[in-house]
Amino acid sequence: MGRAVDDPPTSLAGIPSMHCDHCDKPAVVHELVIKNGTTVEVHLCEEHASEHGYQLPSQQQPVAELLTQFAVVGPMGGPSGMGQKGPKTPKVVKSCPSCGMVFTAIRQSGLLGCAECYTTFETELSGLIEHAQGGANFHSGRAPRNCRDAAARLELRSRLAKELDEAVAAEQYERAAKLRDRLLHLSTEVADPLG
Amino acid sequence: MRLADTSVWQMSPGPDADVVVSSRVRLARNIAGFPFVNRATHPQRHEIVRVVQHARFPAEWVAGIVWVNLQQATSLDRTLLVERHLISKQFADGDAPRAVAISSDESLSLMVNEEDHLRIQVLLPGSRLADCYASVAKLDETLEQNLDFAYAQRWGYLTACPTNVGCGIRFSVMLHLPGLKLTNEIEKVRHAAKDLHLAVRGFYGEGSEAIGDFYQVSNQITLGRSEADLHEMFARIVVPQLVDYERSARGVLLQNNPSLVDDRVHRALGILRSARLLSADEAMKFLSRVRLGVCLGRITDVDLQTVNRLFLQIQPAHLRVTIPALEGDPELKELRATMVRRALGGR
Repeated sequence: MGRAVDDPPTSLAGIPSMHCDHCDKPAVVHELVIKNGTTVEVHLCEEHASEHGYQLPSQQQPVAELLTQFAVVGPMGGPSGMGQKGPKTPKVVKSCPSCGMVFTAIRQSGLLGCAECYTTFETELSGLIEHAQGGANFHSGRAPRNCRDAAARLELRSRLAKELDEAVAAEQYERAAKLRDRLLHLSTEVADPLG
Repeated sequence: MRLADTSVWQMSPGPDADVVVSSRVRLARNIAGFPFVNRATHPQRHEIVRVVQHARFPAEWVAGIVWVNLQQATSLDRTLLVERHLISKQFADGDAPRAVAISSDESLSLMVNEEDHLRIQVLLPGSRLADCYASVAKLDETLEQNLDFAYAQRWGYLTACPTNVGCGIRFSVMLHLPGLKLTNEIEKVRHAAKDLHLAVRGFYGEGSEAIGDFYQVSNQITLGRSEADLHEMFARIVVPQLVDYERSARGVLLQNNPSLVDDRVHRALGILRSARLLSADEAMKFLSRVRLGVCLGRITDVDLQTVNRLFLQIQPAHLRVTIPALEGDPELKELRATMVRRALGGR
């Protein structure tokens, strides 16, 4: 779901005038909802936007902040009010499917909205995290118990499989049978190795 | 609010106490399934507090833990907790649902709904990072039995700010570095720290000034290095080297100009024993000099624990707790001066 929250249209020179989906008032919130591959446009006036739970920026919002928002959500993907002409298609802004966070907001606040943001914005975040973390881009510390157990089981399975190959190659069939039993037991014990 | 008289500033000073005032390990964790705090609604934040309050704590802490609801706490109580380094300034402000759990000896604090759902901290006097980490790790493992922490194989523990992602751990030591300050070596320390990806901050952490020559040194990197690696870096390199530098600087000062050092520390003691009005900054400045004198053995009739305790007691909220009716700044300065004078044997 992508969300764009604009100021009232009086200050939006250059934005095509759109009416609220629920009344005749000018729309101040323009949203593109992508669901199951279908894109639906939503336009809401101030009143209906509030009713639908959108937080509108204050009237005294700094110009620089507005420009940043327009640069992201404005027509043709560039800053609005810059004299673009012709039919304008709003650019689809990638947002977190779980919390609705957009990357510009992350850049501005320095904070992600939820755990899912790390997956949604992985490409954008990689460089930033690497820069902030002295070049590191992979965790190498402690893991929660469930992940530790899963990792340990995977490691054991791969070690047993290797030993089984070696036993078969050395024609140690009794040992191979025992190893195969342990591997089978391990597989039935845990259907999902990361679960 | 009743707080123990055994906070880190009041306990016996601990190893390397002449330079290392305290050690702290802090862990950031988020509970899977909830948005991060900045994106969570008030009902969600209430729920996060509830979930953490019902989680299992290690047996040794269960009995003594006190929960403080920050929404209901007075401004004075919140400032008191900041002054005792039990919560951050950021956590003290605001009106969103949040709470802090504090152990009876105040060595442990667990902030719920700070920047991350959980900020676990263990603070001990002197150079005791290994003990701090052992306690933090134990609490983390116990909480993990009830709470599912947000984690990804690539990024490790997921935090609201990517600067904490990975281990989510910060090792830090509060150092008293008057020798390096006086010999103008402190900038070299800052540069060396930068090369090691360490942050050097002031008395109250992020964004605060180095009042009274106290500096907080902590790791900036939390990704790609294990907790053990980071601890090793602090235990083997950072702390021993900084302690050595500071002791050498103090030695050089004493060797080159002992009367200058004596004048500085005894003059400070004289002022503190005689002053009738003291601002917090002034008190910190002179207490820092007295602390140096005590650690160098130049002041022998004041002990380190008394000086450490005063650093806490002279803070505004601590004074206001002593006399709740206290209103104006002049009265506060007067009370501070009286308290310091009495504690240091002045008239």
